[in-house]
Amino acid sequence: MTERLDGPQDPPAQVAGGPSTGPAETPRKQRRLGPSPTVAIVFLLPAALLLGIWVVYPIVYSIFRSLFDSTGSGFVGLGNYAMIFSDQGMLTTIRNNLIWVVVAPIVVTTIGLIFAVLTERIRWATAFKLIVFMPMAVSLMAAGVVFRLVYEENPDKGLANAILTTVHDTFSSSQGYPEARPREGDQSPVALQGGAVVTKQPAQVGTPVLFPIVGVKPEVMPSNAQPAKAAPAGDGLSGTVWFDFTQGGGGTNNAVDASERGLPGVTVEAVRDGQVAATATTADDGTFRFDGLPQGSYVVRLPQSNFEAAYGGLTWLGPALITPAIIGAFVWVWAGFAMVLIAAGLAAIPRDALEAARIDGATEWQVFRKITVPLLSPVLLVVFVTMIINTLKVFDLVFIIAPPSVQPQANVIALEMWRVSFQGGNNQGLGSALAIFLLILVLPFMIMNIRRFRRGDS
Amino acid sequence: MTTTATAAAPSSGLETGTPRRGVLSKIVDRLGSGVVQVVMVLLGLFWLVPTLGLLVVSMRTTEVNNAEGWWTIFTKPAELTLQSYQGLLAGGFTASFWNTVLITVPTTVLVIGIAAMAAYAFAWMDFPGRDGAFLVVVGLLIVPIQIALIPIAVIYGNVGIFGSILGVVLFHTAFGLPFAIFLLRNFFVGIPASLLEAARMDGAPEWKIFVSVVFPLGKPAIASLGIFQFLWVWNDMLIALVFADSGNQPMTKYLQSQMRQFGSNMDILSSGAFLSLIIPLVLFFAFQRYFVQGMMAGSVK
Repeated sequence: MTERLDGPQDPPAQVAGGPSTGPAETPRKQRRLGPSPTVAIVFLLPAALLLGIWVVYPIVYSIFRSLFDSTGSGFVGLGNYAMIFSDQGMLTTIRNNLIWVVVAPIVVTTIGLIFAVLTERIRWATAFKLIVFMPMAVSLMAAGVVFRLVYEENPDKGLANAILTTVHDTFSSSQGYPEARPREGDQSPVALQGGAVVTKQPAQVGTPVLFPIVGVKPEVMPSNAQPAKAAPAGDGLSGTVWFDFTQGGGGTNNAVDASERGLPGVTVEAVRDGQVAATATTADDGTFRFDGLPQGSYVVRLPQSNFEAAYGGLTWLGPALITPAIIGAFVWVWAGFAMVLIAAGLAAIPRDALEAARIDGATEWQVFRKITVPLLSPVLLVVFVTMIINTLKVFDLVFIIAPPSVQPQANVIALEMWRVSFQGGNNQGLGSALAIFLLILVLPFMIMNIRRFRRGDS
Repeated sequence: MTTTATAAAPSSGLETGTPRRGVLSKIVDRLGSGVVQVVMVLLGLFWLVPTLGLLVVSMRTTEVNNAEGWWTIFTKPAELTLQSYQGLLAGGFTASFWNTVLITVPTTVLVIGIAAMAAYAFAWMDFPGRDGAFLVVVGLLIVPIQIALIPIAVIYGNVGIFGSILGVVLFHTAFGLPFAIFLLRNFFVGIPASLLEAARMDGAPEWKIFVSVVFPLGKPAIASLGIFQFLWVWNDMLIALVFADSGNQPMTKYLQSQMRQFGSNMDILSSGAFLSLIIPLVLFFAFQRYFVQGMMAGSVK
């Protein structure tokens, strides 16, 4: 199973297949001239020593160590394991791992499948694969820094919120004017009522309504604001919302002066009998107009939403969204892996099977669901299982992306194991129990690998 | 899965399903492929842009970065500067770069050498318990390294190599071996038996067959393993956090220590993160074929 991102595939080289294909048969019988077992032991010795001391012995040691307290001298039985399932912080950690294991492998496999199918339909597939695959070569540390930048809360710095606020502002025209308020006093035609600004007198169709607003902070004044204009009288209900303040003094209160600017993007509602009869938005010069409104008197209202702060995006790195945010970074890293593996599987599907189905009248969707996906299922399984193992072990991304204050809410087992054993806590009994817990979680996949390998071998 | 398939086959449902394709279905196909093109461009940007942002941030001053997003570079190009990189290289980063090299290169060489020997034995030598031993190697493929952190820290403390580069290299080597042996053994098994038998018939010693027959024939697999192992060690943070003291720390640990003040250290972090990913990216683009092969062969890891 060889695959390259560029160009046509070579005829399959001898590179070993994964366990999905099974290894080639070990040529055992024809070997009569083989060396003695002593020679084999010499060849195996360095690997055996390293694996024995660094991998196998630690498993045994950790099992025993996990039964003792932090000092290593007091026997606590399964106390450390009981702690894992009773401590509140630990339960959050396990819950997070559960979210990871359920969400991340499905998302990565699905995206990998979509990308693999889509790349078959474009000519620049190589470039696309290289781009999506690239994060695989980058350290998770660097990927973490990249996503700390993406998730910055300030929309002027973080890309995620910059996109969100742009999209939000495109679809919702209302412009935020926090802390702005109507001009007060008997002379003012409008007043504050439950956060909204309403006309004191019912407005009549044909008579322009004036909304003098003060307290607009310079930084929220939009750059497209034009000098305010009085709305022309005429049929229809119209009016002006403007910043009733002339720089350097002067100007008449509650009147539209030439030196004053309109407030663009304010939502205006015409209310009759408690029902909103029509909605309009102010233009750059602050004027608005309700067209086709039946005759009668209305209360004109600027709803409270106009005076709330502008939409600032999401708190990605806060306690609520931190795990989904980090899973997003994980998907960014691993989608290329899934895509390349699944694309190789796709390339191996016999074209005649697909063509035969099409000739028999199957739709593309049927071909995909009834033929492509079933034939791909071994590859999809390999990707899925690999992602489960990776999510169980996830450490770097959480450690780097979650700010220190949010790490308790973002915690995962691998991170907690390191923290408990080597940071602050220094409780190597509990740390060993967490490591064994992690080992037990990957154990089913270990057994699966061995069984799959044996099946391939025989 | 439903959404997957819908997106995957944009022209589905509209096609008649008959083998004869009319003008209409051709037009639909064209339109469909146009949509796919646009979607793919957007997705490609989605994957490319975060890294691009890191590069731009690393080439602007802290003041500019605090004032505006990096994407303003397109509308009002602020002056790009290498100031951050100068500051970075004047600090502790340079030493950590060399530590990364000192850890990564020996580990890669050791893993290749030791694993190739073991893989040759597993593939072409008879000894009691061979198949069982190899199954153990397959089982060890996915052992989490967390299991060894505490026991090995204790051993290193007793032997006196805790914090040293040697300790980090040995830990990496041991945990690289299962994958390496697995990959190489499966490749070596495919070497034609006649080549080995001819050499054995001539009475060549096993080490000579290993060096002059198996190793050269195994080059493609060894290249895959080498690039994979190199990147794995180069990019590691956890093992370095535990076993490398501050004098021997690689780039990942050095940069991690700067994370605490993320905002004020943005210049060091962005430029450091970018420098740390240059070499992996160059290797990736130069050897992507071997990289992908290694990944596919070892996808159980």
